[in-house]
Amino acid sequence: MTEMRMRDAIREAMREEMLRDARVFLMGEDIGAYGGSYACTRGLLDEFGPERVRDTPISESGIVGAGVGAALAGFIPMVEIMTINFSLVALDQIVNNASKLHYMSGGQVNVPLVLRMASGGGSQLGATHSHSLEGMFAHFPGLTVVCPAFPGDAKGLLKRSFREPNPVVFIEHTALYGARGEVPDDPDHLVEFGQAATVRSGKDVTLVGYSGSVHQCYRAADMLAEEHGLTADVIDLRTIRPLDMSSVIRSVRRTNRAVVVEDDWKFGGFAGEIAAQIMERAFDWLDAPVARVAGKDVPMPYNRNLEYAALPSEEDVVEAVLSML
Amino acid sequence: MSVGQAIPTMVGEPPDDELQQRFLYEMLLIRRFEEKCAEMYTRGKIRGFLHLYTGEEACAVGAISALRDDDKIVTHYRDHGHALARGVEPNRIMAELFARVGGTNEGRGGSMHIFDVSKNFLGGYAIVAGHMPIAVGLGLAANLSHEDWAALCIFGDGGVGEGEFHEALNLAAIWKLPVVWFCENNGYGMGVPFDDSLANDVYKIAAAYQMPSVRIDGMDVLEVYSATQLALAHVREGNGPYFIEALTYRYRGHSMADPELYRTKAEVEEYRKRDAIERLKRSMIADGLIDEPTYQALVAQVGAEVDEAVAFADASPEPGLHTLYDHITKEYEGESG
Repeated sequence: MTEMRMRDAIREAMREEMLRDARVFLMGEDIGAYGGSYACTRGLLDEFGPERVRDTPISESGIVGAGVGAALAGFIPMVEIMTINFSLVALDQIVNNASKLHYMSGGQVNVPLVLRMASGGGSQLGATHSHSLEGMFAHFPGLTVVCPAFPGDAKGLLKRSFREPNPVVFIEHTALYGARGEVPDDPDHLVEFGQAATVRSGKDVTLVGYSGSVHQCYRAADMLAEEHGLTADVIDLRTIRPLDMSSVIRSVRRTNRAVVVEDDWKFGGFAGEIAAQIMERAFDWLDAPVARVAGKDVPMPYNRNLEYAALPSEEDVVEAVLSML
Repeated sequence: MSVGQAIPTMVGEPPDDELQQRFLYEMLLIRRFEEKCAEMYTRGKIRGFLHLYTGEEACAVGAISALRDDDKIVTHYRDHGHALARGVEPNRIMAELFARVGGTNEGRGGSMHIFDVSKNFLGGYAIVAGHMPIAVGLGLAANLSHEDWAALCIFGDGGVGEGEFHEALNLAAIWKLPVVWFCENNGYGMGVPFDDSLANDVYKIAAAYQMPSVRIDGMDVLEVYSATQLALAHVREGNGPYFIEALTYRYRGHSMADPELYRTKAEVEEYRKRDAIERLKRSMIADGLIDEPTYQALVAQVGAEVDEAVAFADASPEPGLHTLYDHITKEYEGESG
């Protein structure tokens, strides 16, 4: 084990997979000399050269489509979309091409493409640069959606993404790039998709999160323990498609209460999917309606106080738990 | 709409007798296949959107005949003609249109999404210009593997108004990719004339991306073949992409649902006088390459092939409901590929 930051774990995963498999190459806006907007590819240009670490123009649809094409021709491209906000101009490629070609072709082709993108608000970047669209991507059959919360998982999941024969949307929370954690040194350390992790165990409530919201759940669990004498299961989904509901259901049947936490808007959001599945599979075990703690239904404001109010907080999680007792 | 002056691109020897015979046969096969599709559509055997290629045969046959087997093709949704010209079995295309298990895509794709990987036919794409970035990726793959195969990307004039057209041309140009961009300009983006849609001629817009760009007569199969050969030689030598705008015309509506309110019957008749099949037939007869009985034998041959395709499609079963979830993702076996 080595302690490292999330961004370094991500870089290490890409580096190891490039060393392991000559079919892997990277492209994206400013991933070369600049080293990536969030410094995830720093140093890789020097190590692998401009053919395999390719700077691109600002053409998200073009470069994602190019990734699809290269994948069809036998390569394993990683396309970095600087932030998830820009994925909106590449949706045609992600949704109409990457996610559907295997199915539409009757299984003739497959698209081993890794799309990395940074997500989340909280940095006063305003409404166009603060999206959390994980749930939107999880909506589309054919996509795998990975949302790591810890550096070790980020490395294992990203390495696993490069081995996947289908398109993977790998979403990194901007607030977590500097977060430190233990990362396995084993170059064959993979984290399987569709396996949630119980990062903290308790008996009074189940807190469910992914990506950044796992940390809110974790801090809320601390507050519940210290201030209210309550203990919580904290479940880190790690991938939201495939979704490991069995772990969530097992926990809820034991704690009888659940709060789902995400940065994304509450209306029509992914937390609603989890809440519905809990209702379908654990209704008789519930002592209270499943609560959702999520972003407020507004475009993200620039003002710091307003932005803080629009995002879910650990205090919101604690309040939700207390209100269901 | 008026057709502009073609830029001469004929060089070298014209296609030999045998090749001209094949052009004629393939254009006749496509024409007959499409006519049969229209009939099958009215009989309810083919459902969904059906876009017929009648009138544009010289583009598919001329361009695709110039390819090597290892070159890769992506095209738009009016794709039956391209698939046929690439040698995809008519039986399997028709079965796909009938939505049957024996179809190229096992009935999952339909008319607009024909795939046949065994022929390096990497699909018809139904979002206008959505496949153009994919051609960039194919070209990138050819360069990264240091192989000299090329990608042929066929699209319509309607695609030129899409952002993905411009992104794709720019990327192919800056990375010097072996992509032949082949624009079938049939004069209309659905029903809107391209004169009303674009600020400049298509081949001039493409030329702005610093690649050779020519406008040719897309209703002359010999010219299309020759121009595409030139283009392929250019891209294979590592010179970057090449752009061809082929002026052509579709005799039928945009799709079977098109009432054709935007053009006159006289206009269609005018173009039919320049029909690519008639034109090749006339020149081959003049050159003594075929006679009328030989021609009629070809017509009978493609008629029988298309009838056989319908019989094959009809006999092929519908996909079982238990296969609904097949092919959503490829199974992970511990390795990608």
